[in-house]
Amino acid sequence: MLQKLTEKIIKTLFLLSTLCVISISFFLLFYVISNGIRFISLKFIFTNPQNMGLSGGIFSILVGTMVISILSVFISVPLGISTALFLVEYSKETTLTRIIRFGIESLAAIPSIIYGLFGFIFFVIYLRLGWSILSGSLTLSLMILPLIIRTSEEAIKAVPYRWRIVSYSLGANKIQTIWKVVLPSAAPGILTGIVLSLGRCVAESAAVIFTAGVATKMPTSAFDSIRTMAVHFYILVREGISTNNAFATGCVLLTLTLLINAISYLIVYRFRK
Amino acid sequence: MKPPAKNKTKILLLFLTTSATIFLLNCGKPKKLFTIIGSTAFQPFCEKLADIYTKSHPDVRINIQGGGSIVGIQAMLSNAAEIAMVDLVTLPKEVTTEEFKIFHIASDGIAVIVHPSNPIENLTLEEVKKIYTGEITNWKEVGGANKEIVVVSREKGSGTGKSFEDIVLQCANLRKDCIFQDSNGTVRETVKNTPQAIGYIFMGLLNNDVKPVRINNIFPNVENVKSGKYFIQNKVYFVLRKNNYENNPLIREFIEYVLNDGQKVLESEGLVPVK
Amino acid sequence: MNFKESWIKSFLGGISFSSLIILSLITFFILKEGIQIIFKVGVAKFIFSAEWAPLENKFGILPMLISTCIVTLLAVLLSLPIGLGTAIFLNEFANPKISTVIKPIIELLAAIPSVIYGFIGIQIISNLIRKYFGGSGLCVLNAAIVLSIMILPMLVSISSDALRNVPYQYKEASYAMGATKWQTIYHITLPAARSGILTALILATGRALGETMAVLMVIGNSTQIPKTLISPARTLTSGIALELGYAIGDHRRALFGCGVVLFALIMCLTLTLNLILRRKEKTKYLF
Repeated sequence: MLQKLTEKIIKTLFLLSTLCVISISFFLLFYVISNGIRFISLKFIFTNPQNMGLSGGIFSILVGTMVISILSVFISVPLGISTALFLVEYSKETTLTRIIRFGIESLAAIPSIIYGLFGFIFFVIYLRLGWSILSGSLTLSLMILPLIIRTSEEAIKAVPYRWRIVSYSLGANKIQTIWKVVLPSAAPGILTGIVLSLGRCVAESAAVIFTAGVATKMPTSAFDSIRTMAVHFYILVREGISTNNAFATGCVLLTLTLLINAISYLIVYRFRK
Repeated sequence: MKPPAKNKTKILLLFLTTSATIFLLNCGKPKKLFTIIGSTAFQPFCEKLADIYTKSHPDVRINIQGGGSIVGIQAMLSNAAEIAMVDLVTLPKEVTTEEFKIFHIASDGIAVIVHPSNPIENLTLEEVKKIYTGEITNWKEVGGANKEIVVVSREKGSGTGKSFEDIVLQCANLRKDCIFQDSNGTVRETVKNTPQAIGYIFMGLLNNDVKPVRINNIFPNVENVKSGKYFIQNKVYFVLRKNNYENNPLIREFIEYVLNDGQKVLESEGLVPVK
Repeated sequence: MNFKESWIKSFLGGISFSSLIILSLITFFILKEGIQIIFKVGVAKFIFSAEWAPLENKFGILPMLISTCIVTLLAVLLSLPIGLGTAIFLNEFANPKISTVIKPIIELLAAIPSVIYGFIGIQIISNLIRKYFGGSGLCVLNAAIVLSIMILPMLVSISSDALRNVPYQYKEASYAMGATKWQTIYHITLPAARSGILTALILATGRALGETMAVLMVIGNSTQIPKTLISPARTLTSGIALELGYAIGDHRRALFGCGVVLFALIMCLTLTLNLILRRKEKTKYLF
């Protein structure tokens, strides 16, 4: 009898924690989206911000965000995938590779502000790149490189060893095996890693605010400073410039990040078939 | 299994590569770009000036960053930016007139602000000093409600903060458990949200969300700053290296504009012009 | 063919080498600058002095270190029971159809930008704290609550994976012997998923340790050791963000020093994680 009661109580406690998590999450989304959506219009999305963000829209900011994120992914993806390929296919499991893997894992865990500090001192000041898309994307690419190496490595490792053996036995050499067998089957995993890194770039504010600056104009070259969505949202909120625009920007930012991450899940689910 | 997807990916990659290359090719540092960085107090006004200026000079691009006056000076000294906008009472000693051009472009008062619901209308300079050093900790000690004072100040990179400490605190020590914020706007926002808070911001950034207090019965407004009666005030400077000024006609023209037509804009925004 | 193969191998090797070199250069740069200042000031003085006044050459990070530890610990304490409880519920008690819908949604939430959590902290949590506890609302408690909400999705999804990977034979055997659901969970499932849950805990702690923007927005940034949970404080990360723009010379190196301390804390966590996983990997096959 007592046992049954204990079971029921425990089940209720767990149910309560689940409801707690679900309600907090939904409240978060609901709060930002419901308060923001009425200020979003096509005009909002396609005009540039005016008056330090008090009026106008977020077009140049959206463009800036996409440019800097795509550029960072662009820079780090070839580096990352090559490194992962090399680590899995071409090197033996020595202490050196174990140290390298440990190093990459630690780098993936470093707070983004440290990348921001490094990027500020190295790219903005030392290399005289100034507050620009270049500084920002170089910093972001450093930040996501460990992530891409790690996810690509797991995807490539997960390709069954038999498949490689079969490919060799059919007469293919290493390059052909990698290009035609390993990479295509590791592609969903690698792609997921890339999309998640893109999401990470879009959501990042600490590393970007100190390297890409806070300018609100539409960028015309890689040396122009830009403001990303997360930075714009941060500034609007902290300086109390406009709560309405803050909610609207937050809404767009939230939708963008959720969309990017949802795409990564869709990739996994679609390719699992 | 994969061919159709891979073809699409190849095309997408090619497209992205070409567009990125075109974008980056545009990328030799444009000559018509210069960066102004520094005071968060002056930043909104500088943006306004730059907006108006670039309307008549559409090929010039002015990059404005904030961060605080000291950030501005460091950036200018390390050549990461051309112009430092600084709001200080006295400039740091590295900024000498031999190597640098210094332009005084505006003046403004620093208003001490409280929440609109706070009944306090006036504070003496001594009282403000004691609040900021921690000797006075409750609003009732200065005639207000029985509430702990929440003190909001600026971190060390701020020109507004340094000016305030120089004028009000003189050599006394700021209390360590203040809330430190990193820009004028953030201080204003914090005071707006916290009924028992006190803070200080650039007079030109006052709005209806916060209430300025009189200091020694003098109200912080443009006339009192001009006449000197309201003495918590500082000056806004543009500081740049001499060779940047002499070799860059764009910068010279912009500073010309700020010192002439721009003064009317600043005056209409609530600052004290130099003329 | 052989020539082409070795060419590609060296090409790949060259690229990986450069990316690894870049990453290690960053590590060494940060370590060099940070360790330089830590030894200049003195390890004990750097870590245990409570005076952080960089413009007067005083670099004591004790207040920031204590605040970081308190905020992180509190955040983990708040979110661990709720997160673990949710993971257990979704895996053991809930209708499988419901949990297949809810789990991806919670995983998606892990990707929300941190500035949005900071926003919630400023708009909602600080008002609540001010109303019920007093103070300004920008304090250690606020940061802890914001961080705990931030790491909840991560805790739930990783623990959930760990619980799901417990072989069903263990549970079946337990039920066959007459154990109830909770007894099975408590004595069989949880211990079996122990390493996965620890992984979740460590990753979540690492995330909380490294969070900058959200904490900067809600913690008040004062330079002294927080006396109560509603006192403002400054963590290592928010301290770096606040002074990064204008720090030069020794001050800048001191910020790197804070970075080194953070690095060390996170390294300890990663090492622990690796030790746990290494023990588990001995029983893992990759086909």
